Amino acid sequence: MAAVNILETKGLTKTYGGLNANYNIDFTLPRGEIHALIGPNGAGKSTFVGMLSGRIPATRGKVWFDGAEVTRLPAHKRISLGIAYTFQITSVFGKLPVRENVALAVRRILGRDREAVRAKVDGVMERVGLTEQADQLAGDLSYGHQRVLEIAMGLAQNPELFILDEPTQGLALPEVEAFMQLVKDLRGETTILLIEHNMNVVMEVSDSLTVLNNGEVLARGTPEEIRANADVQAAYLGGA
Amino acid sequence: MSDISRIHLLHAAMVVALVICWFVLPVYHAGNLARIMVFAIYAMGYNLLFGYTGLLSLGHALFFGAGMYGLGLAMHLGGVFAGPGILAGLITALVVSGVVGFLALRTSGVAFMIVTLMFAQAGYLTVLLFGTYTRGDEGFVLPQATRALMGIDLSDAQNRYFAALILFGIVLFFIGWLVRTPFGRCLVAIRENEERARMLGYDITRHKLIAVILSGTISGLSGAAYCLLFGSAQAAFAAVPYSIFPLLYVLLGGMGTTIGPFVGTLFMFYLIDWSGGNMMVAGVVLVALALFAPTGILGEIRRRFTPWLP
Repeated sequence: MAAVNILETKGLTKTYGGLNANYNIDFTLPRGEIHALIGPNGAGKSTFVGMLSGRIPATRGKVWFDGAEVTRLPAHKRISLGIAYTFQITSVFGKLPVRENVALAVRRILGRDREAVRAKVDGVMERVGLTEQADQLAGDLSYGHQRVLEIAMGLAQNPELFILDEPTQGLALPEVEAFMQLVKDLRGETTILLIEHNMNVVMEVSDSLTVLNNGEVLARGTPEEIRANADVQAAYLGGA
Repeated sequence: MSDISRIHLLHAAMVVALVICWFVLPVYHAGNLARIMVFAIYAMGYNLLFGYTGLLSLGHALFFGAGMYGLGLAMHLGGVFAGPGILAGLITALVVSGVVGFLALRTSGVAFMIVTLMFAQAGYLTVLLFGTYTRGDEGFVLPQATRALMGIDLSDAQNRYFAALILFGIVLFFIGWLVRTPFGRCLVAIRENEERARMLGYDITRHKLIAVILSGTISGLSGAAYCLLFGSAQAAFAAVPYSIFPLLYVLLGGMGTTIGPFVGTLFMFYLIDWSGGNMMVAGVVLVALALFAPTGILGEIRRRFTPWLP
């Protein structure tokens, strides 16, 4: 039976030269949920998801994905288990066509079956609205389209857990709205862990939130609970 | 016409053109071309690692030398025939590139260049150290009688030309096929953005290691073919200049293109030939190319006219 929690961490800690970027983070993420990770700059959000995806080795603590411990697995193995990760700073294959960018994500799963790969790539590009740009070089796309391409490369892998690191950063308002619609459409298909600074996005799309502050979990709850939480207000606004 | 059929057509046309060359070219140039094809195999092997995977090795002479001495010593000292000799050359290059790849891939960038350079120097010095068997710089010659495969005398100019052409064609089609497979596409992805490729779930280290082994073994095939077809093995072929040549061939012809290595080898060979060995002229042309066609001859053609070039 598949685990109820797609993701779980216990005591996850990352120390950089005596400084705790993350300290003793216990975290659970129920399957199918859209969960947002928020916190002030330097709270340790990117470090935390870095340890989840395997880009950053943990100093201490454990990570479970779908019931199996993955703490020691290298990043590529975790991803092949069903974690997709989009970069905070846009990272696409700039000199390759848009289509090939998505195809690289698909091919790892579908392999040599050219027809299946093509169909999947077409489907994903249609879904995110990149069909017209398919033959352009990814590096020639507008910034907004490159961010969309990042998301397409994640979607193309049919992830069980989709980690989005600040996906709306630098996007224009209509693009943010399109992104929110896309995330809402993904509900039920996959579990989403979203790092986000834009509070409108967080409050509108997420089922629940975790607030990090100084590398530790400050609060967890529904958007309404978090909005009303005095500690969170203090951390963000510098309270009394 | 689809890109795939164009690519097959291009490669086939190239092989046909090389067949015709034998019948129309003067003997001197046909002889050169046989040599160029053997070195083009070396350049294609190098290009797989440098042009497609983005790993700059400065030690490929080690793999060329491994193939050359693997075949040469097996035939010279072991007394085996040419067929098993080729096999010995390939296996030697495969093992050497596997070991070097395993160790050198712990580094990247400039460190990778230096580590591969050092391994190649160690290989070169090993050839000199065992001078009793390898005869060092002076080298040894394979007797004409032993240089035959399935009863065909490979020291004969025509047989040699077509043997070189067959090997060249096999490697050309192999690379043309390989770079279109999911594996080959992943190599390009590693070249373009290694971290992104890793975060798409590809095992980067494994892909790079296989690339080093394939590249090294193809380079070894070239070394073995050179020894067999031209009948000699010398330590100079394992020295630093022979690590730099394939880099130049590929840069000139166009890195990451299937026929660029051949074009680069041809160009470089005749550049030195026509300038009468005057390296000043060759140097000026090389600088001009670097300035005005930084992606090489084929790279420039692809950019301007034919974006489908493989």
